[in-house]
Amino acid sequence: MKLPTLREVGTEARLLLIGIPVFIWTMIPIYHMFLFAISPKEDAFSGKLWPDHPTLHNFSIVFHQQHYFLRDFWIQFGNSVVIAVAVGALTLVIATCAAYAISRLRVPGSRVVMNLALFTYFIPAAFLAVPMYRTMGKYGLLNNDWSLILAMVTIASPYAIWVLKQASDKLPVELDEAAVMDGASPLQIFRLVYVPLMMPSLVAIGTYAVLLAWNEYLYAFLLLSNDKDITLPVALGNFLAADDSPWELLMTTGFIYALPPAAVYYAFKRYMVGGLTAGAVKS
Amino acid sequence: MAITLSASDSALAEAPRPVLLTPSQVWGIVMLAPYLLVFLAFVVYPVGYGLWLARDPASYVALFNDPIFARAAVNTLIFLLVGINLKMLIALFLSGFFIQQRGWIKWLSVIFILPWAVPSIPTILSVRFMLNPEWGVINQLIFKFTGEDGPNWLNDPTVALAMAIGMHIWKSLPFWTLILMTGRLAISHDLFEAAEVDGATWWQKFRFITWPSMQTLYITCTLLSMIWTLGDFNSVYLLTGGGPADLTHVLSTLGIRYLRLDQLSLAMASIVCAMPLVLPLVYFMMKRLSR
Repeated sequence: MKLPTLREVGTEARLLLIGIPVFIWTMIPIYHMFLFAISPKEDAFSGKLWPDHPTLHNFSIVFHQQHYFLRDFWIQFGNSVVIAVAVGALTLVIATCAAYAISRLRVPGSRVVMNLALFTYFIPAAFLAVPMYRTMGKYGLLNNDWSLILAMVTIASPYAIWVLKQASDKLPVELDEAAVMDGASPLQIFRLVYVPLMMPSLVAIGTYAVLLAWNEYLYAFLLLSNDKDITLPVALGNFLAADDSPWELLMTTGFIYALPPAAVYYAFKRYMVGGLTAGAVKS
Repeated sequence: MAITLSASDSALAEAPRPVLLTPSQVWGIVMLAPYLLVFLAFVVYPVGYGLWLARDPASYVALFNDPIFARAAVNTLIFLLVGINLKMLIALFLSGFFIQQRGWIKWLSVIFILPWAVPSIPTILSVRFMLNPEWGVINQLIFKFTGEDGPNWLNDPTVALAMAIGMHIWKSLPFWTLILMTGRLAISHDLFEAAEVDGATWWQKFRFITWPSMQTLYITCTLLSMIWTLGDFNSVYLLTGGGPADLTHVLSTLGIRYLRLDQLSLAMASIVCAMPLVLPLVYFMMKRLSR
């Protein structure tokens, strides 16, 4: 076995000197949240870095809705799930159809549509929130799940269309031509050739839209306000309204809320890294 | 309209040749329709309506007379110029760290992406509690070790804004590091080997190989990050709530503040005032991406 040279040890030490602060910086807010989630109330406020009596009691309180702030936990969890899934499905349908029309069917004016979509993508969503809130009021959709679903579809579609268009531009035209020769209609090509070939990008975009909707706070908090209509992030924000908020329960709920997207992210990382980062910045 | 009319006219004339729309183009329009409907109903109409609400010059006068607006504009600029550049420089540096071939660095990169993978609300609230002057873990530790009370972190506008910027960096640093890593990995390894043979220093390798091939990507990322950061509502709103005394608002939280106070025309006017900042950046990004 070869002993490491002094130079190699030096390099390794320098890398560790970067790696350890990066690790601490990344983990502090997450560990703090986890710490609160497993601490009984007395330990949570004592400034300890590990509780004397770690417990899962907080989770049981949340799951059994045994606190005033948590009385609608499961309904709110369900709202989050329904809205995220609906946004994912609708975005996929709308964006896939649009990308197919723009990239494969060469509809006149499709370039304009693509540019309009890109433009919407770049306008920060927070600036669209105020007019969107008023518009939803005019449509009579406020406090209705559909307002949030439609708002999130509006925000998710432009990027979805753009990524899918980039991906479908790479599919060989010969495939379409061969299918046309065999007498396939545009709809058959879409169903039998296009969608199966686009699967990896579709998975990435579906995941993107679901996570975007699950994580959204601003629109959810503006558009929904009844305790039984709101999504989990809004419920978390509402904890702040009281001065004596039960932090350990808030952090436990936050931890539960953060787990599904983290799991989805890591499960689909393969698709996310290939499909999305390539699309995010084309150099 | 003209297109469909002439299409049906020629169909009536039983001359299929000069039909302007092929069946596949008709299908294309049908498939484009859902997005166009969404776009009309939830982008064009709201924006047009919002601009109409913001048409009154009096609301701009009121806005410019509101000291909170001036403060928010300055805060936004600080957020963009200091926060983004700091973040992108760190991301550029860390991208060089994370492409090192080590087992533990690979594991670290999996952990490093966590802030991007988890929703921002719980982590921002977690930091907010950490910074609580009485019960927060930071001041508890300061008291334990020094016997003195720690600072009232979020009660000082400068510190509070710095914390919001830190929160933003914490959240989005992994994403940009990942993007810049792909840029670094695309550089041919031969160049570095040749430089190694020539005895180039670390700085020379960065200056003459890495930077020239990454600068376009880096600048694109910086501009894109600026656009997105203009819309970063959560980092400020949930950490400081715009406080103390409305001194840490940025333009994205200010619009919502006016909306909550039922001053709709002021809210829209503040958003219109952000456009000179947003539109040039958007224009540049559109030119870069729609080639």
